[in-house]
This record gives sequence, structure tokens and C-alpha cells, in this order.
Amino acid sequence: MIKYSIKRLLQSLFTLFIIVTIVFLLMRLLPEEGYFGASYDKLDEQQKEAILTSMGLRDPIHKQLGSFYKKLLEGDLGQSITFRPKVPVAEIIKDKIPYSLYFGLAAIGISLVAGVSLGIAMAMGKGKMWDKLGTGYVVFIRAVPAAVYFLFLQLYLTSVFKLPILFDIDKPISWILPTISMSLGGIASYAMWIRRYMVDELNKDYVKLARAKGLKGRKIMIKHVFRNAFVPMAQYLPATILFTIAGSIYIESLYSIPGMGGLLVEVIKRQDNTLVQALVLIYSSIGIVGLFLGDILMAIFDPRINLEKKGGAR
Amino acid sequence: MGKSIVNKLTDSINEDLFEFQEYDEEEAKRGGYSNYSYWYSTWKVFIQNKLAVFLLILMSLLLIFTLIQPYLPNQKSPTEIHINQETRLPLSNNPPDSEFLFGTNTIGQDLWSRIWSGSRTSLLIGLVVGAWEAVIGITIGAMWGYIPWLDRPITEIYNVINNIPKTIILVLMTYIMKPSLYTMIIAMGLTSWIDMARFVRNLTVIIRDREYNLASKCLGTPTRRIITKNLLPYLVSVIMLSIALSIPQTIGYEVFLTYIGLGLPVSIPSLGNLINEGRLLMMAPAQRYQLIFPSIIISIITISFYMMGNVFSDAADPKNHV
Repeated sequence: MIKYSIKRLLQSLFTLFIIVTIVFLLMRLLPEEGYFGASYDKLDEQQKEAILTSMGLRDPIHKQLGSFYKKLLEGDLGQSITFRPKVPVAEIIKDKIPYSLYFGLAAIGISLVAGVSLGIAMAMGKGKMWDKLGTGYVVFIRAVPAAVYFLFLQLYLTSVFKLPILFDIDKPISWILPTISMSLGGIASYAMWIRRYMVDELNKDYVKLARAKGLKGRKIMIKHVFRNAFVPMAQYLPATILFTIAGSIYIESLYSIPGMGGLLVEVIKRQDNTLVQALVLIYSSIGIVGLFLGDILMAIFDPRINLEKKGGAR
Repeated sequence: MGKSIVNKLTDSINEDLFEFQEYDEEEAKRGGYSNYSYWYSTWKVFIQNKLAVFLLILMSLLLIFTLIQPYLPNQKSPTEIHINQETRLPLSNNPPDSEFLFGTNTIGQDLWSRIWSGSRTSLLIGLVVGAWEAVIGITIGAMWGYIPWLDRPITEIYNVINNIPKTIILVLMTYIMKPSLYTMIIAMGLTSWIDMARFVRNLTVIIRDREYNLASKCLGTPTRRIITKNLLPYLVSVIMLSIALSIPQTIGYEVFLTYIGLGLPVSIPSLGNLINEGRLLMMAPAQRYQLIFPSIIISIITISFYMMGNVFSDAADPKNHV
């Protein structure tokens, strides 16, 4: 187990190194206006060149990469240029993470409970009303662009239930709608996954044996089939939880929640290159760490996975 | 089946003893010949689902309509700004009437023709990205599965790309390049093939060493025939599904990119642009139709393609053929 974890960790670090390097090189292609802020129009070509040189952007690319890594290892992500000039990136992010974290975690909780229950209900009454309703819901949520139904939910639910349209930290009632909207997608994918898995699994021998032993249908479903279905889900759970930090772009901008999701959009619109770079780096590292934790978690959960075998848990 | 009786062993190499047999259908049937046709069976399973058939007809009509709509009589240009003859001002926010079926937008453009022009753009993006995904995904996936020494490097590349959230790559690419139709297609095509490649790779690894393929090979079946008859039927359903699902997916991405301000330029009508224009007006109930009409069209298109894709992929699976 420890041997596997170390091997997997080294692999993740290697992937992280490649991704950081690629992202850094891609960032050199960003529009150069993004390095000047508001003063862009006032400067002539010579002054612009002088600023870019002083920022080290005219150095050879390997030298830039070296100093970038040196700074990164010291935990320095740079300073914002246009969004909040001269403020370190870490400080900007620190204020925003709690909002995204709260909404994200609440949405995961709701979608796990509701999605799994819906999935089990659909699998147990296959072809009946619940199944049909649930399938309709899953198709709708997965096919129609999220922006469309988010807009209509905000538009009509706020007027029907007299809820506030925008987020207000002091009014807990204004937190309800964003949380529910955010969990809709998760409910659909968990329900679909559980239903498909359970229906496939029902013809397996161990289910037949359990039935032959005289166990009740409900007990077989929950004690045997569901436990198996949960293992592959566990692999993606850490990544999903970590990604709540990234926030939901749609929800946060629709309800004007000051979280991380709106931040990326905002800094792109303002062409703040260092912030774009920092955010992309953070999001990609979250992805890698999440997948690493997921593989470890799955190895713990599922005793059938042979860690010494080549390829490991993948 | 020789006519004459073989008396001596040396006679048996005499070619006159053998003759070619004509193909006889009755005879062949007795020998276990079946007139199973892959496409016919797929079609038969597909048309059993009445809803899918309805959606197929609906989408065919819609596709034809979006193509011929500009050439029909009394159609307006999607970018022309209509002027009110009395006030000499743009005919903005004109509610739906007999002249403008879906009304006009804030600067007086005809929403009806904008919606069809937008569907045309969005469907074009979807089809191009879907075809691209199929071609690149299957080529790379097949190489990944068939050529052993490529397995390791491609797996590493897959890990790297798969670790970065797709939306981040999409946002980054559209930020770096200028907003245009090509930018959109390139940015989406850059990542879309990856899931397809993995799927095809797994399928290839599973199928290539199956006993029936081994048997086929032993009987001297050429590789080409093994690929077209044994492997391709498995892939057809995947290809069709990926093309059908890429339409709702690309429309979703397009709406998303437009929403965050990195979509197509406003001069090109697209479903994303229409939703975004409608969103800005949604707090005014009288102008809400500018959000509702594009939303209905988007929902119909995406749901239809999503459902058709799923039903077709089930039907194309040989396991579901009777």
C-alpha cells in the first residue's frame, strides 16, 4: 500500500511538473496588453518594451521558466495587475474561497443524498413512473445548457417563492436557490450512474444467491449492490470535493456571489495575466491532487484491486 | 461431388472429378446461411422506439428548414436593423406580431431569422467538432490499442490532458486566440477527442484478441474484413453517439463561452449570443420573449439530439439485435 502510494505520488508530481510547464509556456502567448493595466493606451512602444523587459518577459524562455519555478517554490504567485493592482494573488483568493467552498460542499451533499436515492428508486422500479420521471429529468439536465435552466430557475422561482434575486450574506434565505441550482447537475449524474450500475448488476450471480438465501429485495439493493456501485464513485469524490474551491461560474455570477467562480471570468475580462496564470495553475493542480487522492481512496475501499499489478488502480 | 467413381488413387488429382457449384439460396439456408444485415437490424430496432422516430423526423425537418430558411420568401436578414418608418428610429424590442414572428431585439433585428441563423452556426460547430472527435479519437484510440510501444506515451499524454479541467483549457484557448468560428472549433476540438480515444482504445484491446477474431484470422480472413465486419459494428454505435452528443455538448460550451465573454463576436448570430442578449433583458417581463424563444429552440435541439443519439447507440449495438 505504501509502496503504491509513493509510486503514485511521484507519478502525480511528474504530471504536475509537465502541466505547470505547459501552462507557463501557453501563458507566454497571452495578449500582451494584459501586463500594463489601465496605462496601456498612454504608453508608446518604447515604454511598453521597457516595462516588459523589466518584468523579465523579454528574457530567453528557459530563464523565465527558471525564475518562475523559483518564485513558485517560495509560494509566490505574483501580483494582480488590473483586477486589484499590486495586491498579491494569494490574498485575493483567500477572501473568495470560503464562499465557493460553502456552496460547493452543500451542493455535493444534496446531490449525493438526492441523486443516490433517485437512482436507487429508478433501478428498483425499472420502467415504472419513478424511472420514467427520473430519466426525463436526467435527459433534460444533461442535454440542455446549464445557463438556460439556471436563468429560468432564477427568473421564476424567485418570483413564485418571493426569494431575493441576488445573494446577500446576511440573509440565509438568499442562499437556498443558488445551492439547489448547483446541485441539479450532480443529482442527475449520480442518479444516472447508480441506476445503470444497479440494473446491470441485478443479473449477477451474487445477487441471485442473496435472493435464493431469502434476503429481501431492498436489503440486497442497499447492502450488496449499492456498496459495489459506490466504489467507482469514490474515485471521483475527492476531485469533486476539491473542485468546489473553483466555484461555479454560472451560479456565482448570476447571483453575484463573491466567490472563485466569478473570479476567473472577471480577470479574463480585465485581461489580468498574472491572475489568469495563477488560477489556471491552481485549478490544474487541484485536478491532479484530486485524482491522486481518488486512486488511493479507491484502493482502500475495494479489496479486489491488486496494487502490485502493473497499472495499479487505473 | 464428382460424377465418376474414383477407382484408383491417382485419379483423385484429376481436375475433371470436381466442378464448381452454383449458389443456391435454398441449399444455403439449410446450411445455416442468414440474411442478417447489420444496418437493417439497427434500423429495425431504432424504429421500434416511437419517440426516437418522431424526434428524427422533427430534427430532419428542422435541419432542412434551417438550411433553406434564408431562401424562403419574406425572410429578413438576421443582421439587418429595421427602421420604424414614422419615427425614423430603429424598431427595437418590437413584440412578436405577424411581421416579426418572434419580435425584434434591442437594436431592431428580426429575432426569427436570427434564431435560424444561430441554429445554423451552432449546428455547424457541433457537426464539425463531432466529426473531428470521431476521426481523431478513433485513429489515436486504435493506434493506442494496437501498437504496444505507443501505449505508455499516449497514456501519459492522456493523464496530462485529462487532469486539467476541460473548461479551463477551453477558456484559455479562446482567451489566447481571437474570437471567431475557427477559434471556437479549434478550442473544442483540442480536448473533445480524448474520451473517444480512451474508449476506442479499451474496446480495441478487448476485441482484438477475442476468440472469434482469432478464429477468423486462422480461417484466413484478411485483416481488412476483420476490421470492417468484426470491429466496425462496435465502433459505429460509438461514432454515431459521439456525433449526436457533440451537438448538445458544443451548444452548451458555446453558450458558456459567450456567457463569460469569450464567445463568437456579436456580429455572428449564434444560439449562445441570442441567450446572452436575452439574459440581459430578462428582468423586464415585456421583453422576456427574447430569452424564451431562443431557450425553447435550444432545448428542443439539444434534447432531441441527446435522445436520438442514445436510442441509436442502443440500436446499433449488435447485442440488441434479435
